[in-house]
Amino acid sequence: MLVGKDLAFRYSRKQDWLFQGMNISIAPGERVGLPGPSGRGKSTLAKVLAGYLPPLMGNVFVNGKSQENGTFNPVQLLFQHPELAVNPRWRIKEVLTEAGEPSRGLLQQLEIDESWFYRYPHELSGGELQRVCLARALDPRTKFLLCDEITSMLDALTQALIWKAVLNIVADRNIGLLVISHDNALLGRICQRSVLSFETSENGSNKHAYVHGNAHTHHE
Amino acid sequence: MSGVRNIMLEIRNLSVHFSSYSKGLKRKSVCTIRSLDLTANAGQVVAVVGQSGAGKSLLAHAVLGILPSNSTVSGDITFKGHRITPESAERFRGRDIALIPQSVAFLNPLLHVGTQIARAAVLNGLPAREAKKAALLALERYGLPSHIYKCFPFQLSGGMARRVLTATATVGSASLLFADEPTNGLDVATAQETLKHLRELADIGKAVVLITHDIEAALQVADKVSVFCGGVTIEEASATDFINSGRLRHPYSVALWSSLPNNRFIETITAKSFCSLNGGCPFGPRCEQAAEECCQQMPELIPLRNGKVRCWHACG
Amino acid sequence: MLDRLDRRSTTIFTIAGCIFLFGVVLTGAWLYGEHGEVTHLNSRKLAPSLSHPFGTDWLGRDMLARTLKGLRISLFVGLSAASCSAIIALILGLAAATMGKTIDAVVTLLVDMAMATPHLVLLILIAFACGGGAKGVIIAVAASHWPSLTRVIRAEVLQLQSAEYIKLSQQMGKSRLYIAKKHMLPHVVPQFLIGLLLLFPHAILHAAALTFLGFGMSPHTPAVGVLLAESMRYLSMGLWWLAVTPGIALVIAVKAFDILGSNVRALLDPRTCQE
Repeated sequence: MLVGKDLAFRYSRKQDWLFQGMNISIAPGERVGLPGPSGRGKSTLAKVLAGYLPPLMGNVFVNGKSQENGTFNPVQLLFQHPELAVNPRWRIKEVLTEAGEPSRGLLQQLEIDESWFYRYPHELSGGELQRVCLARALDPRTKFLLCDEITSMLDALTQALIWKAVLNIVADRNIGLLVISHDNALLGRICQRSVLSFETSENGSNKHAYVHGNAHTHHE
Repeated sequence: MSGVRNIMLEIRNLSVHFSSYSKGLKRKSVCTIRSLDLTANAGQVVAVVGQSGAGKSLLAHAVLGILPSNSTVSGDITFKGHRITPESAERFRGRDIALIPQSVAFLNPLLHVGTQIARAAVLNGLPAREAKKAALLALERYGLPSHIYKCFPFQLSGGMARRVLTATATVGSASLLFADEPTNGLDVATAQETLKHLRELADIGKAVVLITHDIEAALQVADKVSVFCGGVTIEEASATDFINSGRLRHPYSVALWSSLPNNRFIETITAKSFCSLNGGCPFGPRCEQAAEECCQQMPELIPLRNGKVRCWHACG
Repeated sequence: MLDRLDRRSTTIFTIAGCIFLFGVVLTGAWLYGEHGEVTHLNSRKLAPSLSHPFGTDWLGRDMLARTLKGLRISLFVGLSAASCSAIIALILGLAAATMGKTIDAVVTLLVDMAMATPHLVLLILIAFACGGGAKGVIIAVAASHWPSLTRVIRAEVLQLQSAEYIKLSQQMGKSRLYIAKKHMLPHVVPQFLIGLLLLFPHAILHAAALTFLGFGMSPHTPAVGVLLAESMRYLSMGLWWLAVTPGIALVIAVKAFDILGSNVRALLDPRTCQE
C-alpha cells in the first residue's frame, strides 16, 4: 500500500498552503484518479508522494516503511512534458538503461523501436519520448506509478495507444496507479475510483473523500 | 458555400525539410512536412489536427516566413492571390497575417503587456500616437480592465494571459490568423472562452487556422478540418462529418475520432499490420484495411464528397 | 543553401586559422630569437619597408621581431592567467551551487565585491602587491577575471539541480557522484569551455594594459604593453609605426580568439547548433 498521511505542503512561508491534512492511499493493482483543472496542487501532491519534495508535515509510507535516500523508490512519477524528464544530452539507450536493463517484452509492448536507441531526445516525438519514459519507470522494482497529465499534450490516437499499454502492464504486474488528469472522460474510462476534485477551502486546508463505485457514474 | 470566392489562404503541396548534422561535418535532411494542403476562406475556422509533434506548428511558421535558417520550404502558398515565398513573407507578416502566440513565454517578460500590444499595433502600420488607444481598445474588446495595460506577463492568470495573447494578434488589421495550440494546459472554461474568441474573429470576416492536437476542442468551433498524419494531409472534411464518423473518408480520421475517451478509446487500437513505414501511406502500419499498395506507394490527394482524401481505399 | 558554408565548417576553419596564426607568431618569435634585442644604431627610426616590415625603433631594433616576441609573451601571460581564472571560477561556481546556502552566500558576496571594485585598480593593486614582473601580472589577471564566469557556472548548476531528470535519477537510487559525473558534467563542460575561450581576449588585453602602465614586466622584455608604452614618447616625432604595428597585431590576436569563442558558443547552443 502507498499511504500518504496528514500531508501538508507549501513552497514558501509567503505562499498559501497547497494542501493540509491530506490523506491518500493506493492499494496494489488499484487505479485511482485525481481530477481537476491543471494546477500546482495536484502535481505537487504527486511529487510529495514520489519523494521529489519532502512534506512539511505528515509522512509517506510504502508498505509501512518510509523511503530511504539512495535506494530505488518503488513509487515512480511520470510527467506531462517528457522532454523535461530526460537529460537532453543523453542518448535514448542511456536514458532507458539508467535504472537497469528493460526487458524486450516491455519494449515491445510499448512499441519502442531499436532504431531509437542511438538518437537524442529532441529527435523523438512527444508520444515516442513518453513511451521511453514509461519503459524507464516500469522497472521490475516499481510498485506504484503516478501519472501526471501524461497524455494531455498528445493526440487521441497516441493517447489511446499509451493507455492501452499502461493498463495491460499495470494489470500484469499488479502495480498501483494514480492518474492525474483534467479530462474527466479519460479518468472515467481508466480509473476504478477517484479522489474528489482538488478545491482549496477558505482557510486553506483541504481534506478529501473517497467516492467508491464505478468510475463511469461519478464523473459528470 | 462557394469554394472559389473569398479564398484567403491556399496551400498546395507544402513541404518543409530541415538539415542537421549527422556526424562531424556531414549533413542529413529531415523531412518534417512532406505534403500539406490547406484552403482557408474568409469567415471560416479551419482546424489542422493530427499527430502531436512539431509538424503542424511549422505550417504557421512557413506561411509567416519565420522558419530557422537550416530549413528548406517548397510548395505553393497563396494569400489573397499573392504568392508567399520566404522572401516576400515579411511584407504580410503582422499586417495581414498574424500568429496568436502559444503562451506568455513568447512575450517579453520585462515589458508591460499593454506596451507590447501597442508595439504590435505599430508594427501593423498604426502611427505611434494611436497605438496606445488601439491597445486599450483591444483589451476592452476581450473584457480586460484597463489596468492590465501596466501588468507584466508573469502577473497574468491563465485566462487573462490567453486574452492578452489574442489581443496582440488582433490589435491590427490582420485578416488571416494562426492559432497554434491555443487550448494547451487550460481549464475547460478558459479553453471554451478562447475557442469562442476564435469563432468571433471568423464571424467578423477573418480566416482563422486553428492548429491543435485536441480534436474535440477543434470541432467546437471549426467549419473545416484538415487531418494531418505522418507529414501529409490525408483528409479534408467538414466538421459535421465527424459527428457521425461514418461520413469520414480516411481510416486514420476514423481511428482518431474513435480513440477519444468518450468513444471507443483503447478498443480502437488494433495490432500492427504487415506494412512498415516505407514510402507508402503513413497510416499503413496501423490500418486494418492495409493492402499491398498501401505499403509501397503514397496515394494522391483526391476530391471526394465535398472534401478530399488520400487513400487507396477511400470509401465513396 | 548548401553552397553557403555551414556553422561547423566555419568553426573548423576558424580554429585552423587561429592555430595557423599562433603558429606563425610562435615560429616567428623563435626564428627571430634575440634579433629584436640587438641594436643597430645606423638603422634607427626607419619607417616600414621591405627589409623592416614593421620599421625600426629609436635604437635600431627591428619592430617585427620585437612585436612577434612581444605577442608571444603577451599570449603566454594572457592564456595562463585566463586558464587559472577559469579554474578558480569552476571551483567557486560548483561550490556555490552544490555545497549549501552559507557557502553560496560567501561566494556570491565575493563575486559582488570583486565586480564592484574598479577593474584596473584591482589589477594594479594585486600586481603591485605581488612584486610586479610576469608573475605579478599573471596573478593579478588570474585573480580578477573569475567573477563573471563563476556566476555563469553557478547559475547553470543551480538550474540543473532543479531539473526533473536529476530528481528522477535520485529517486532511482543513484549516488550524488553518479549524478554529478553523468548528468551535470556534460552540461557544465561546454559552458566552461566557452567561458575559457572568451576569457582569453580579456586576459591578454588586461595583461598588456598592466605592462603599459608599468606594473608588469621590465622594459627589457618586448611585451606588447611595454612596446606601446615606449612608443608614446616618439609618437609626436612622427614615428607612428612604433605604436600602430604592435597595437594592430594585438587587436588581431585578440579578435581571433573572440571569433573562435563566438563560433564555438553558437555550435554548442542547441538553438543554433544545426545551422
